[in-house]
Amino acid sequence: MQLKIQYYALMREQAGRSEETVDTSAATPTDLYGELTARHGFTLTREQLKVAVNSEFCDWSRPLSTGDAVVFIPPVAGG
Amino acid sequence: MRFRFTQSAIDTQSARRELLDLGAGGYVSFEGWVRDHNEGLEVTRLEYEAFQELAIKEGERIIAEALRRFPVKHALCIHRVGSLPLSDMAVWVGVSSAHRGEAFDACRFIIDEVKHRVPIWKKEHYRSGDSGWVNCERCAATPAHAHEHA
Repeated sequence: MQLKIQYYALMREQAGRSEETVDTSAATPTDLYGELTARHGFTLTREQLKVAVNSEFCDWSRPLSTGDAVVFIPPVAGG
Repeated sequence: MRFRFTQSAIDTQSARRELLDLGAGGYVSFEGWVRDHNEGLEVTRLEYEAFQELAIKEGERIIAEALRRFPVKHALCIHRVGSLPLSDMAVWVGVSSAHRGEAFDACRFIIDEVKHRVPIWKKEHYRSGDSGWVNCERCAATPAHAHEHA
């Protein structure tokens, strides 16, 4: 299935892009983060991140479906 | 929108007018400024970036929570994105209410929650020429401390 991934901040720099479309069999955000870390060498651990699917925070075990937009959220630092 | 982003300087005079209410006896505001140091390093500027679609939703939820928890009239938060020089205002929070106590409490609640929950990131540029994403790089070695920055 195809997923759209958007990257921000440190992860955008490490991926070398702000978004990409991936063809994957990852069933959940946990699986997907493992795949993308292998490809891009992300240094943040899954425990340091939150995840959003279709612009809403969600659980790491949420089932993914084709067309979903996934964003991994590094530790925030507003203000 | 009671939580929003701007690319240009925050217009506090215009923002303040959105809080006016005949039943309000005053208003409290907080301004977050770009300072010249963090954790022992000399900072020369900051870059702010946000996942705006989710940040606006989460920011609106924080304002709604503040209005439920504290008996205040109006609340508003505006955050800058982009590259900011020293002393620029990065964030503004304003709250109007009948009495001052709840306005102080609600303002504090909003800025604290925004810092912890809203997907906004800042990259510090140092005098040494280095740069780093706050809470993501130098703190990676000590994750327990990752959410305790002021």
